Amino acid sequence: MAGVYIVSDNITSPLGTTTADNFAQLKNGISGVRLHNNSMSDTSFYASLFGDDTFADNVQHTKFEQLLIASITNALEGTGLEPAGSKTALIISSTKGNISLLETEVHTPELNKRIALHNSAKLVANHFGFITQPIVVSNACISGILGTVTGMRLIESGQYETVIVSGADVISKFILSGFQSFNAISSQPCKPFDADRDGITLGEGAATIILSSNPKYNRGIRVMGGASSNDANHISAPSRTGEELAQAINASLKQAGLSSSDIDLISAHGTATIYNDEMEAKAITLAGLQTTPLNSLKGFYGHTLGAAGLIESIISLQSLKQNIIIPTAGFNQIGVPTPVNVCTELTSQPLKNILKTASGFGGCNGAVIFSKAD
Amino acid sequence: MVSDTHISATCIISNNIVCKNGGTAFTSNEANMSEFLVDIYKHFELNYTRFYKMDRLSKLGWLTSELLLKESFDKEKYNPAEVGIVFANANSSLDSDVKYMSSVSDIPSPALFVYTLPNIMIGEISIRNHFKGEAAFFVSESFDATFMEQYINNLFYNDIFKACICGWVDVLGNDYKAVLFLVEKGNGIISFTTDNMNKYFND
Repeated sequence: MAGVYIVSDNITSPLGTTTADNFAQLKNGISGVRLHNNSMSDTSFYASLFGDDTFADNVQHTKFEQLLIASITNALEGTGLEPAGSKTALIISSTKGNISLLETEVHTPELNKRIALHNSAKLVANHFGFITQPIVVSNACISGILGTVTGMRLIESGQYETVIVSGADVISKFILSGFQSFNAISSQPCKPFDADRDGITLGEGAATIILSSNPKYNRGIRVMGGASSNDANHISAPSRTGEELAQAINASLKQAGLSSSDIDLISAHGTATIYNDEMEAKAITLAGLQTTPLNSLKGFYGHTLGAAGLIESIISLQSLKQNIIIPTAGFNQIGVPTPVNVCTELTSQPLKNILKTASGFGGCNGAVIFSKAD
Repeated sequence: MVSDTHISATCIISNNIVCKNGGTAFTSNEANMSEFLVDIYKHFELNYTRFYKMDRLSKLGWLTSELLLKESFDKEKYNPAEVGIVFANANSSLDSDVKYMSSVSDIPSPALFVYTLPNIMIGEISIRNHFKGEAAFFVSESFDATFMEQYINNLFYNDIFKACICGWVDVLGNDYKAVLFLVEKGNGIISFTTDNMNKYFND
């Protein structure tokens, strides 16, 4: 089976427009989360948002599409990769794409087409000259991980040599009001795994990972395995036991040929809702990873939905390269009944294998493992 | 890649007709899609109160999966983690997104918001059948049988799937179409191929 190498990546977030800028901000403890007071909500709310003038909709491309284009453009820079090949695919991950158009435009059949995720994917693919049909993954909050795992599989099965996986989501009234209606928005910047956590903080951003089986793109890190699973329990609440996320973690470990003791760091989903973090802690314990260092990056980025799995994976890739663990912003005191090893300080230590996980509405769970290549 | 997978059942709901394994199982003149879905539910004497809570996309996907599996699927043969679901459509959850957005100016409805993701339908089917395997939702302009075949056969080939429900479930306004396939290992009368899926889809 072909090895799948990480060729290049990008994070485009309120903290910066390159992976290096983003990682530098995190190392300095800088978060994108701010208190906002705008037309999205009657009450002020914490979120990590782009400034009003950044990536604003234009005639050709919406903010969502511009984010994808900016992120892919930067990820491609200097790689020498040509998108126009029959062995090169584009995968787009998003939960809601252009949904904010429902708030600002008159609802017509043309608007339905403009909102469709496949339409955005086509516009982005055309911008870069891809000749293969773009693939769109829309699977709630595991979209970014599932996009990466799908890319890995398309390469392993020999269908493609190179896959560019890009994800983005934009926060608007639609998404904010929905989470508010669930009483799921934290009154403070979110506090993953903390005793005082009271919900999520939303964030916007885009990220891109370029995968390839071509050994000339071996830059030292491989995707080793990945999986998804379903709780079969509830459409908007996580599993009571964490067994299903543990199932996805174990399947990923098995594919990677690793055991739980080989994992040096877990980049958790850590949304800071009471039930998500509890479920994750149970799953991590079931998978034998309760003492493995773990972080959640939601305190820096908020929950960036379809981009989250990609943004947080890319920070993990930087951690692998620099042997540095980013602490969990917002965390003070463990607040999950099955304790996990939450990182609280910037730590330098040798890292070889990293596990990234996510879970989402619809009972979905995803996991992916990245390792230093031999 | 050598594939030894076959389509062991099909179910299609479109144009006021329910088709199971190529034969008409139910028809109706009901012009209202929501009413038509309730008619199907009643006709087949299904008994699952969650049905009434679902949005139209989940109702359509759930009904099609229910009739697909009925008398065609032996759940006991499989471990829950070996049964996968791979769905696609063109309009994601837009049908419910529009309804949710119209609630926002009044009181945003959590009951509507939860259905503003297309993979919720996969969650509903998983809850009903206790399926815990790999699942994915893809969005494409039209049904991409080639992608489905390759994606799913790869998961069978790697022993991740022992059985899989796959296909297309799309709802927007008055337009709807659901075409689902039950795919299992081994040789069968209908092999799991792009051509065979397209034949049912375009029929």
